[in-house]
Amino acid sequence: MNHADALHAYEAPTSLGAEARALSFSYGSQLALKNLSIPIGKNQITALIGPSGCGKSTFLRCFNRMHDLYPGNHYEGEILLYPDRCNILSAEIDPIEVRMRIAMVFQKPNPFPKSIYENVAYGLRVRGAIARALLDEKVEQALRGAALWDEVKDRLRTQATSLSGGQQQRLCIARALATDPELLLLDEPTSALDPIATGSIEELLLDLKQCVTILIVTHNMQQAARVSDWTAFMYLGELVEFGPTGRLFTTPSKKQTEDYITGRFG
Amino acid sequence: MAAQSPLRQPPSIARRKTAEAMFKVLGIGSLAIAVGTLVLLFGTLLFQGAMRIDWQFLMSYPSRHAAQAGILPAWVGSTLIMLVTTVVGVPLGVAAAIYLEEYARRNWMTELIEVAVTNLASVPSIIFGLLALGLFVHILGLGESILVAGLTLALLVLPVMIVTTREALRTIPVEIREAASALGASKWQTIAHHVLPYSGAGILTGIILALSRAIGETAPIITIGALTFIAFLPPTPFSTQPPYLSFDWLLSPFTVLPIQMFGWVSRPGEDFASNAAATGILLVGMTLTMNGLAIYLRYRMRKQVSW
Repeated sequence: MNHADALHAYEAPTSLGAEARALSFSYGSQLALKNLSIPIGKNQITALIGPSGCGKSTFLRCFNRMHDLYPGNHYEGEILLYPDRCNILSAEIDPIEVRMRIAMVFQKPNPFPKSIYENVAYGLRVRGAIARALLDEKVEQALRGAALWDEVKDRLRTQATSLSGGQQQRLCIARALATDPELLLLDEPTSALDPIATGSIEELLLDLKQCVTILIVTHNMQQAARVSDWTAFMYLGELVEFGPTGRLFTTPSKKQTEDYITGRFG
Repeated sequence: MAAQSPLRQPPSIARRKTAEAMFKVLGIGSLAIAVGTLVLLFGTLLFQGAMRIDWQFLMSYPSRHAAQAGILPAWVGSTLIMLVTTVVGVPLGVAAAIYLEEYARRNWMTELIEVAVTNLASVPSIIFGLLALGLFVHILGLGESILVAGLTLALLVLPVMIVTTREALRTIPVEIREAASALGASKWQTIAHHVLPYSGAGILTGIILALSRAIGETAPIITIGALTFIAFLPPTPFSTQPPYLSFDWLLSPFTVLPIQMFGWVSRPGEDFASNAAATGILLVGMTLTMNGLAIYLRYRMRKQVSW
């Protein structure tokens, strides 16, 4: 084992929640992701950073096969979901099966125009849960998990859209948590929120990693530095550098990473 | 240099304001012509026919004597036909729209179908009458019946319903669809639990407006051979004996309000003219009621679904 390999082996999570291996992705004839291999540490937060258009959201959306909703896409390589090391990109796996295990929170809060309760219960209903007691319990648990319970417990029947932006995004997190996902994907979850709401979401993520593996896309480097354990820097559809967040932000090994995190481009 | 600026001599403010005032006069004039015509039309109708509308008029059969004549078979006919049109047209129209908007792959076939549907919406209604005469009356042998009239009008409103339903479906943001999919919902679950409920108000408005257009249709109904003078009602759909429900009325001859009105207009005499006007009032009243219902439903459902 040469020195570089030893360094790489050291600089990877020891226990994996998921792993992208030689992943390439294209829309039509356009190659959007080029041969990405990124390990996702179990019960840790992995941040994806990079300038707009670098493919970080595209990469994230491969994990729950969101691209499959639209025609003309093509995956190569694999994404393994641990512990069963199931390749979620394989043709035999239905995208719905993948989305039952992996939840996602979007850039803009997107609650359904239904009650707060129904929003959180929806994932369970899709999975066939109808027992009132079970739904009540899961909804409360998820709302507590998303630090929203105390604010909404007296108005579970009111419209979710009457909540503030930050509350709506925490509701979306609760909705994603209600089905006990193994991996939680977040696509710039705070970009539409004010600094206070952003702060509360970041705090929440740090609590949540005890029970779920988190992969977060962020355009905000401070955010990545504050919350994540591992950071991947992407540029033009390629992985430039992956490493422990502290190390990547203090002593980046690539010139491009250094330029980006010091604000010289992006 | 200021002297060479293109703004050196702006057109005078007074002249620009004159142009504005002229446009206002033109606009108000156009509006007055449109509204005035409507008021005049409805006013004449009311003046001629309002006195004629009473219980006797609503509950009597047509007669040689204008004073004894009534429109019972016509409004019953119109109502039953609209029932058939709704039962047949709405599910077909909404299902076709959902398929085209949500499921169909974008290729030249769907493009062609889309163009065809849009054009179909503007085909003159008498052409639908001809189609129905050939297909339903002659080939399928369904006779000059309520069923045929209902089916004909269903065909007529189908393209309009498809177009308006698709527009309503398109207003549901992609974020909502993605949110449902990300939670593990299948495409049909996303449509049934989210897309349809949230676009319901728009879909319903389109349906009602299409039906309110159908209720006044005369040409295709005449083409398939509706009677202008009819002195009986279709068999009742309910009976006291098993099986309690009967569909014989579907194959019964019929007349409808616009045809009854046309029949009376073409007769000489003041009395028949006022019968025609009274029928016109009912017809306009039914249309306005349906439009009002559409507005009310849209308002109520918009309040329920707030983004």
